Amino acid sequence: MTTLLHEASLKRQTVFDMLFRNLTRLAAFAVLALLAAIIGSLIVGSMPAINAFGFSFLTSSAWNPVTDEYGALIPIIGTLVTSGIALLIAIPVSFGIAIFLTELSPRWLRRPLGIAVELLAGIPSIIYGMWGLFIFAPLFADHVEPWLNDHIGPLPLLGPFFSGPPMGIGMLTAGIILAIMVIPFIASVMRDVFDVVPTMLKESAYGLGATTWEVMWNVVLPYTKIGVVGGIMLGLGRALGETMAVTFVIGNAHELHKSLLMPGNSISSALANEFTEAVGDLYTSSLIELGLILFFITFVVLSLARLMLYRLAKGEGQGA
Amino acid sequence: MLDLYTRRRIFNALSLGISVLAMLFGLFWLGWILWTLLEHGLPGLGAHVFTQTTPAPGSSGGLINAIFGSVMMTSVAVLIGTPIGILAGTYLAEFGQRGWLAPLTRFINDILLSAPSIVIGLFVYEVYVVKVGHFAGWGGALALSIIVIPVVIRTTENMLRLIPNSLREAAAAIGAPQWKIITFVTLRAARAGILTGILLAIARISGETAPLLFTSLNNQFWSSDMNQPMANLPVVIFQFAMSPYEDWHSLAWAGALLITLSVLTLNIVARVMFRQKSNSQ
Repeated sequence: MTTLLHEASLKRQTVFDMLFRNLTRLAAFAVLALLAAIIGSLIVGSMPAINAFGFSFLTSSAWNPVTDEYGALIPIIGTLVTSGIALLIAIPVSFGIAIFLTELSPRWLRRPLGIAVELLAGIPSIIYGMWGLFIFAPLFADHVEPWLNDHIGPLPLLGPFFSGPPMGIGMLTAGIILAIMVIPFIASVMRDVFDVVPTMLKESAYGLGATTWEVMWNVVLPYTKIGVVGGIMLGLGRALGETMAVTFVIGNAHELHKSLLMPGNSISSALANEFTEAVGDLYTSSLIELGLILFFITFVVLSLARLMLYRLAKGEGQGA
Repeated sequence: MLDLYTRRRIFNALSLGISVLAMLFGLFWLGWILWTLLEHGLPGLGAHVFTQTTPAPGSSGGLINAIFGSVMMTSVAVLIGTPIGILAGTYLAEFGQRGWLAPLTRFINDILLSAPSIVIGLFVYEVYVVKVGHFAGWGGALALSIIVIPVVIRTTENMLRLIPNSLREAAAAIGAPQWKIITFVTLRAARAGILTGILLAIARISGETAPLLFTSLNNQFWSSDMNQPMANLPVVIFQFAMSPYEDWHSLAWAGALLITLSVLTLNIVARVMFRQKSNSQ
C-alpha cells in the first residue's frame, strides 16, 4: 500500500517537473518569438513604403509630406555621423577611464568611481536632452562654435565641416552629447575585459621593467582586443538607437549640410518628432521603414559586438 | 636628446596623466548634469507638483497625473515582464546546458537588451495601438514590459549561475524533484540578486520616453483608465521642455529632477543590496 502511494506521488512529481521545465522553456521561446514579432510587424508596417519606393528609398534625400515623397538618406547619414562623432570622442576617454579604474586608482576609490560611471549610464536620455538643449547648446554656441569657425574653419580639408552659424544645436552637439552617454557603456566593458587579463602576464611585463603604459598598450590591450572592440560596438549600438537626447539637440531639419554645426536629422529623432503627427498611410509607413532600417543596423552592430565578447570570454585563461 | 629610460618614463607619466584627466572628464559631466538639475529643478519643486494636474500654459499646476501614470505603467510593466523574465532566465541557467534554444535565446536576449527603445514603441504601435484604434496606457505598459524582460532574464541567469552546485546536489540527494530544487532552493538563494535585477529594470524604464510617445502618448487631465491615453512624466517633460512657455519649463525641470533622483536612488539601492548579499555569502 505504502509503495503504491509512493509511486503515485513520484509520478506526480515527474509530471510537475515536466510542466515546470516546459513552462520555463516556453518563456525562453517567448523571447525569440518577440524578436520575430518585432521584425515581422516592422516589415508588414513598412510594406506600403517598400512597394512605393523600393531601393531608391535608401538613396533618396527627398522628404516631402505634401507630395508624398520620402527617402531615408538624410536620417541615415545623420544617425551614422552623430554616432561616428560620439565614438571618436568616447573611445579614447573610455580607454583612459578603464586604465584609471584598473591600474591607477587606489583600491578604496575603485568602487565609488565605478558606481559614478555607471550612474552616468543610468541618467535617462531625456535628461541629457534637456540639459543639452538648455545648458550645453547655448554655452557651445557662445564659446566653442565661434572658436571652431575662426580656427578650424579656414583650414583646407577640415574647414567646411566646422564652419557655419554658431547656433548651438546641430550634428556636432548631438554627437558630443551621445559621446557622454556612451562613455560609461564602453568604459565599463573595457574595465571588465581588462580585469580578465591574468595577473601573471602583467606581472611578467612589469618584472621586465615595462612602465604602466607599456603594460597596458603592449600586453593588456593585445590580450583583450576582441573584447575592447566588442565594447566599442556595444557603445555604437547604443549611440545609433539613442532617441530623446538627439531629438532635443540635433535641430530636426531634413537637410544635408557639409557643416557639422548645421542642424540635421537622425532616424530616431525623425521618428520621435513626426510619427504621432504623420497623416497618410505612405507617410506613416515610410517612418516605420526608417525604424526597420534602424533596427537592422543596430541588430548587425550588436550581433558583432556580442560575438566578439563571447569569443573573448571563451578564450579566457588561454595564452595570448 | 634624452636617453631611452627618461623618455619612457616621461611618456608613461604623460599618458597616465591623460587617463586621470579622462576619469575627471567623465565625472565632470555627471557633476554638471546633477548640478543643473538641482539648480533648475529645486525652485520648481513644491507641494503643488504633487497635488495638481498638468496645467495649460500660463496657469498654475503640478505633475500628479503624470507621476500617477508613470507609476501605474511602470508597475504593470514590471508585473508582466518579471515573471516571463525570471522563468526564461531560469531556463537558461538550469536547463540550458544542451540544445540550441538556450544559446540562441541568450544571444537574442543580449541584443534586445540594447535594442533601440523607439523601435519597441513602433512595434507596440503596430500590434496594439493600431488594433484598438487609440493610444492607451496599456500600450505604454506593454512597451515598457518588453524592455523589462531582457534585463530580468540577464540578471536572473547570472544570479542563478552563482549558486553553488553543491546546493542543488544536496537537495537532489534528499529526494527533492527538480521543480522543488529550483523554486525552493536555487531561486530562493538567488532572491536578492534577482530583486536587484528587477530594481535595475525599474530604473531603466522609469526614464524611458521614446517607447511611450507612440503608445500611451499623454493626457493633460487626471485619468486612471489604462484604456485611455495616459500622462507620464517622461513625455510630459518632453512636451513641456520643447514648448516656449517659461512656467512649463520650470515644471519640466522639476519633473526631470524627480525622475533622475528616483532612477539614481534605485541604482544605488540595487548595488548596495547586491553587495551586501555577495558579502554575506
